[in-house]
Amino acid sequence: MKSEYDILVVGGGPGGAIAAWTAARLGLSVCLIEKRPAIGAPVRCAEGIGKELLKSFIEPDPRWVSADIKRARIVAPDGTTIALDENKAGAEVGYVLDRKFFDRELVWQASKAGSDVFVKTRAVAPIMEGRHVRGAVVECCGKRQDVRAKVTIAADGVESKFARWCGIDTTIPLTEMMSCVQYLVTDIDIDPNSNDFYLGNDVAPQGYLWVFAKGERSANVGVGIPASKNKPDMRARDYLDRFMRENFPNGKIIECVVGGDPVSRPLPCTVADGLMIVGDAARVVDPITGGGIGNAMYTGRLAAEVAARAIAQGDTSKAALMPYEEEWRSSKMGKNLERNYKVKEYFITLSDEKMNTLAQSIEGINFSEITVMALLTEIIKRNPKMLLELKGLTHALV
Amino acid sequence: MLQIHREICGYCGACVSVCPEGALELVDAYLTVESDTCRCCGICTKACPLGALEVTDEE
Ligand SMILES: Cc1cc2nc3c(=O)[nH]c(=O)nc-3n(C[C@H](O)[C@H](O)[C@H](O)COP(=O)(O)OP(=O)(O)OC[C@H]3O[C@@H](n4cnc5c(N)ncnc54)[C@H](O)[C@@H]3O)c2cc1C
Ligand code: SF4
Ligand code: SF4
Repeated sequence: MKSEYDILVVGGGPGGAIAAWTAARLGLSVCLIEKRPAIGAPVRCAEGIGKELLKSFIEPDPRWVSADIKRARIVAPDGTTIALDENKAGAEVGYVLDRKFFDRELVWQASKAGSDVFVKTRAVAPIMEGRHVRGAVVECCGKRQDVRAKVTIAADGVESKFARWCGIDTTIPLTEMMSCVQYLVTDIDIDPNSNDFYLGNDVAPQGYLWVFAKGERSANVGVGIPASKNKPDMRARDYLDRFMRENFPNGKIIECVVGGDPVSRPLPCTVADGLMIVGDAARVVDPITGGGIGNAMYTGRLAAEVAARAIAQGDTSKAALMPYEEEWRSSKMGKNLERNYKVKEYFITLSDEKMNTLAQSIEGINFSEITVMALLTEIIKRNPKMLLELKGLTHALV
Repeated sequence: MLQIHREICGYCGACVSVCPEGALELVDAYLTVESDTCRCCGICTKACPLGALEVTDEE
């Protein structure tokens, strides 16, 4: 490992990998460090991603795409099902990835483009000159060394400590940390073309339970509830076990995944002198779905592009890196995050009965698009009597 | 003190980011707590999907 680079990327998830890949392609010297011994493992993800979103970064490859999903189904507490079908809507639904291989592929591409990659290598502190971040102290196999960089990109995921060490408060409130457990289950009867979302207080209070197909007879079956809803005898795992007993009693569990998914607003600011924060570390997860792979890749790529420009101009101050912050906030992603945060805040106030009513009102509709916006617009249109109550929702949409 | 039940922990980091003191960290796939910084508030115990954390009376 050299002692100086243009860019140091902390974390080898999709956000860090795309940042490193982009920066290397732009001709910068890049070092990516990942503290775990293997890229992509253990997985902390249900592995769903929109097709168009994925394709804007990399061509899908059967080596890391587990399932091509043609429909999504939302199941209300009383069983009312809203089916969003690719054939009817003409819009593509998504893929279920195999992140062990997908994350590796991205890091492999970063490496092929010229980035140095080190696994089992952990940032333990930032190198600071006053308030300017100048790289990190890294530890590999018990040995510590300084790695200086013109720009450091914190892509250290949900557990992010790097930005905190640089003086930025990244604490997530308990109400906004989704506490998740998932099993990879085989030998079960599922629709291999569908991703299903179950709602309701019995299944997942203020969260949802998912069954994401991973092949003909296997699926990621998981649940996420706000950490504040965890009780000693009713934790996320208890909800999942109950669902398994009731729905897939003979399923074989071949993997158990645990994780925290932040559904808060993004950090108030994602740049500082010499520092950029991307992906889960920046808290850019979709507050409704909990999806963060695409947003991590988007912010990773943008951060690297802005860093390259700043480095070329010889100025890596917060002001010079600010275009990153401004651009993602005003992008489609930034706007969706803000809207979906408000929508989530509304939906978590709904009782099961209200959820059933809303679901019944749009059951069987032939949606022309498969988007959150299309769903919400239809809900509002079809529930004039609840307009006052839906005020929270309409506010979110303007 | 905060007790980590290592046999239950899945090393996911959910607890790390809710700790207001920054006292928790995942190091080499092990969850570690800085006992000087931890004030035993119990917030992290709520975040764990598996129930691997517990605040006990032990000093
Ligand atoms: C149960 C669950 C289900 C989910 N399902 C979906 C889904 O279906 N679709 C979706 O889009 N998103 C999903 N997500 C969210 C998704 O997994 C994340 O948004 C995504 O992985 C974020 O990518 P990232 O690169 O920002 O962070 P990560 O993928 O978390 O990568 C961060 C990396 O940084 C490393 N790191 C941390 N600290 C250091 C350090 N000090 N030094 C070096 N390395 C460090 C970590 O080991 C890690 O490998 C889910 C999350 C959970 C928990
Ligand atoms: S008990 Fe409180 S201070 Fe200690 S690690 Fe947990 S959240 Fe942090
Ligand atoms: S939240 Fe629970 S499982 Fe995850 S790292 Fe903390 S103690 Fe371990």
